[in-house]
Amino acid sequence: MNGYLPQDRASRQAMLESVGISLDRLFDMVPDQLRFEGESDHLQKEGYAEYEVIRALDALASKNVDSKRFDSYLGGGIYDHYQPAAVRHLTQRQEFLTAYTPYQAEISQGTMQAIFEWQSYICRLTGLDVSNASMYDGASSAAEAMLMACRTKKRSRVFVSEGVNPEIVKTIRTYLHAVGFEVVLGALDKNGQTESFLPAEEDEYAAWLIQSPNYYGIVEDLTGFAEKAHASGALAVASCDLISLALLKPPGECGIDIAVGDGQSLGLPQNFGGPTVGYMATTNELLRRMPGRICGETVDRDGKRCYVLTIQAREQHIRREKATSNICSNQALLATSATIYLAMMGESGLREVALQSQSKAMYLLGKLVETGLFEPVFKGAFFREFALRPVKDLDLVALNKALLDDGILGGYVLPGNMWLIAVTEKKTLAQLDRFIAAVTRFAGKEVAK
Amino acid sequence: MMYKDTPVIVTQKGEVEGQRMVPKAELPHVDAAAYYGDASRPGKAPLPNLAEITVLRHYTNLSLKNYGVENGTYPLGSCTMKYNPKINEDAASLTGFAQTHPLQPDSTIQGNLELLWDLEKQLSFICGMDRFTFQPAAGAHGEMTGLLLIKAYHEKRGDTDRNVMIVPDSAHGTNPASAMMVGYKVREVKSNERGMVDLAALKAAIGDGKDIAGLMLTNPSTLGIFDENVIEITKMVHEAGGLNYYDGANLNAIMMQVRPGDMGFDVVHLNVHKTFSTPHGGGGPGAGPVGLKNILAPFLPVPFVEKQDDQFRLVHETEDTIGKVRGFIGSFGIFVRTYAYILANGQDGLKAVSEGAVANSTYMFEKLKNDYKVPTSTKTMHEFIITSEVLKSKYGVNTMDVAKRLIDYGFHPPTVYFPLIVPEAMMVEPTETETREDLDQLIDAFKKIAEEAATEPDLVKGAPHNTPIARPNETQAARNPVLKA
Amino acid sequence: MSELRDDVKYAKSHEWVKVEGDIAVIGLTDYAQDQMGDLVFAEVVPAGTTVAVEDSIGSVESVKMASDVYAPVAGEVVEANDTLEDAPEQINETPYDTWLVKIRLSDPAELDQLLDKEGYAALIAEES
Repeated sequence: MNGYLPQDRASRQAMLESVGISLDRLFDMVPDQLRFEGESDHLQKEGYAEYEVIRALDALASKNVDSKRFDSYLGGGIYDHYQPAAVRHLTQRQEFLTAYTPYQAEISQGTMQAIFEWQSYICRLTGLDVSNASMYDGASSAAEAMLMACRTKKRSRVFVSEGVNPEIVKTIRTYLHAVGFEVVLGALDKNGQTESFLPAEEDEYAAWLIQSPNYYGIVEDLTGFAEKAHASGALAVASCDLISLALLKPPGECGIDIAVGDGQSLGLPQNFGGPTVGYMATTNELLRRMPGRICGETVDRDGKRCYVLTIQAREQHIRREKATSNICSNQALLATSATIYLAMMGESGLREVALQSQSKAMYLLGKLVETGLFEPVFKGAFFREFALRPVKDLDLVALNKALLDDGILGGYVLPGNMWLIAVTEKKTLAQLDRFIAAVTRFAGKEVAK
Repeated sequence: MMYKDTPVIVTQKGEVEGQRMVPKAELPHVDAAAYYGDASRPGKAPLPNLAEITVLRHYTNLSLKNYGVENGTYPLGSCTMKYNPKINEDAASLTGFAQTHPLQPDSTIQGNLELLWDLEKQLSFICGMDRFTFQPAAGAHGEMTGLLLIKAYHEKRGDTDRNVMIVPDSAHGTNPASAMMVGYKVREVKSNERGMVDLAALKAAIGDGKDIAGLMLTNPSTLGIFDENVIEITKMVHEAGGLNYYDGANLNAIMMQVRPGDMGFDVVHLNVHKTFSTPHGGGGPGAGPVGLKNILAPFLPVPFVEKQDDQFRLVHETEDTIGKVRGFIGSFGIFVRTYAYILANGQDGLKAVSEGAVANSTYMFEKLKNDYKVPTSTKTMHEFIITSEVLKSKYGVNTMDVAKRLIDYGFHPPTVYFPLIVPEAMMVEPTETETREDLDQLIDAFKKIAEEAATEPDLVKGAPHNTPIARPNETQAARNPVLKA
Repeated sequence: MSELRDDVKYAKSHEWVKVEGDIAVIGLTDYAQDQMGDLVFAEVVPAGTTVAVEDSIGSVESVKMASDVYAPVAGEVVEANDTLEDAPEQINETPYDTWLVKIRLSDPAELDQLLDKEGYAALIAEES
């Protein structure tokens, strides 16, 4: 088996002999004692045939429970929205799929324009002036925004609301700890909104970070938050879900300086959490402080409109250790995928997704509370996701386990015996009712015991 | 072929509403304006409602302005533009993988965890490492993660004065940038005339060794040269109390021939989008898993997979973990492709990959070394550098011109003007998946362009001639940024 | 060949300094702008900043390069040229008539450390 090699050893040998080189001497530079000869139980000697490869992978995939076979109510940063068929068909075109970073503008206008369109959509949804070409994911994008704020403000401490997804908080801690910066967490009030207070030593913060809708689904007051952040001399940074922005006031109109987040909810597969695509948008004023690639419009030598990577002098390949970040790629294909999603859905489709997700979530919340088993943890207005607390003694982990037998992936169990439940437009009323019935059934059995 | 004008999608007019993608509402809509009050969006988001066929045509036409690996040879040095197997795309999109959620209970994701467990063992074997983390989202992200591990190691030992990372001048720009991201200072060492690390310069850079956190090395280097002193280099750093970081950007050149762990490296990142054939996607998503020796295992990012009896589970907390560098587990979908590629090759196949990569590059170099100037006579591995220095001084044709002219001949140009230490550099990496015929055609094109530079320099300087656009005005783009529509 | 002037002094990091009383006017040399190529962005520290020798007083960017601009002398920045942000190309067009910042000298003796025309000519001959 030759794997994916179009030549075998004999033809390689013949090719090299034609230029007077011996195949056996190709690795002469490697000291003899380093030449590797070993075997492993984990890697078979010979390659598999294509059918054997897919059979092996299919067998692994079949060991999982997925959200097609099961009704999933998991969210917490990754959401199961529908992806129109056209999106995958277009992004699987090899011209998008296999191309490198668009370094040669003449033969990469497709990727360039798709990135420019991503930037355009992100600006339109967030209400901010400029967007970069995308980041690894929402968590690393938030961490980069914190570093960007520290560079801009020449301060080394950031304030992060406790309503920010713990995945993001942990990532921020790693990034900031690396350079000796400090992360201070702020609490939530009874509505589930970030408590409106000024952190101590207020003038030492480079940024205040909030998430809306936050980890518990609660919609935050971005305008009030931005005002207070600015009063303390800090930049106001918000992590926002893009679907929610069909209904919610864009962060740019609330005075937010940097908006970040994950684009996964724009129809990308859940993929066990990755890869996804992060976004980052900011004001014109902060453009040159922003990390990551940026695509810009210009003209070619004949005056034709075209696109290039621009404002590159901030980047690692030019500035090396003085760069704004070490990031040297973006998630181009996934940004393209999210862009095509937005093109397919349009404003009306996106709004419909948001409205139906919310209406169904409200229905489910209402019905679950009606059972008398749960109460909402927070009172504030929410989007797509909410946290419940059992009124009586109810083991949520056992409940989730029982739900699995009914073909349901229940909500995520949070510390403090809270149940985080997400609902997207994909759920039918029948599915929601089935969920409610299964929960009631389990609770009934528990009581009977 | 005519290239269609493609106005920016958000500026296109449409009347068809995209609600066809959403099931009919079974419940009355929430009144968003009333429910969210001041937090609700005033008016509608400014996104056009387009017909499906409009969207399909737009992006199909855009794609035609791109060049992919299936269009032709893509000899971008250091980027490893090999064939991306189709079956890997099918594997990654299997519902059982693609539609799993990262917060599912471990019992419902045994297939995912088994795949990651297996892959960790395989990559560890390939690299001579003990453990792997799947967190980093890209090569540069892997560098940062690897350096955080090194930093955590020194800190745990109370060895906090070590804040210098040694980086050779031929390194990728990400190396110094990554060192900066973990708060390290960079000390650059020069390459010698053979393109290897100058041992005397390294010795001087290490000095008394007290401030040395470690060394980052790409081997083979960005010049395509395997540093024959690698054992001595890593030993010098170890003796000074530092750790050795292997930048795996060029692992494809030596895979299964020699292992970073055996060369004295303690931590390594891989670019699976290079060595293991996952598609580049126009700039991502890639993945940069990081391998490490047991001395660094206590600091592994979370979560990672553990096996108990026959069950797999995710470990979310450890005492000394460096934490997380991104959300959730990692770019799982990319690792499905990586795993499929490793299965398809097997150990023998992976060894043939590196042999094929070096064979193809060596053949091309031998064929071209008399037509272009070469910066060093040292034998190169999977990629080589030729320069347009002579063409530039004699005929005024520079490397950018040669690159653009290659486009006219149907090829993607090589990496240009990198590494920075070689003037007018062209870094050529044909990869192992090209046939001899493919290589010969590319060689002919290079030769023809060298001739044209002498006979018809304006033809070369005016290239490319048949592309949708030519020679964009980058100065205007940067001076008056237009970054959205 | 880059233009050199008699009426300014030069720093090794390619800034020129023109002394007007106790004020040092700072700009980039013709050689520096030529090496950078078309500048697309320039940024200088605001008036009121106090700088030491070799502190960054701003940065300039071309399409392919970015560089910090360093203070050749110490003192307080009394004026910053804020027209550069919108028109960085002035530096390319008239390098010796486009100043970046004006610094009130805290130690005029530092001027003696700077190069004269011949010294700077020798430096750039060596660099290129």
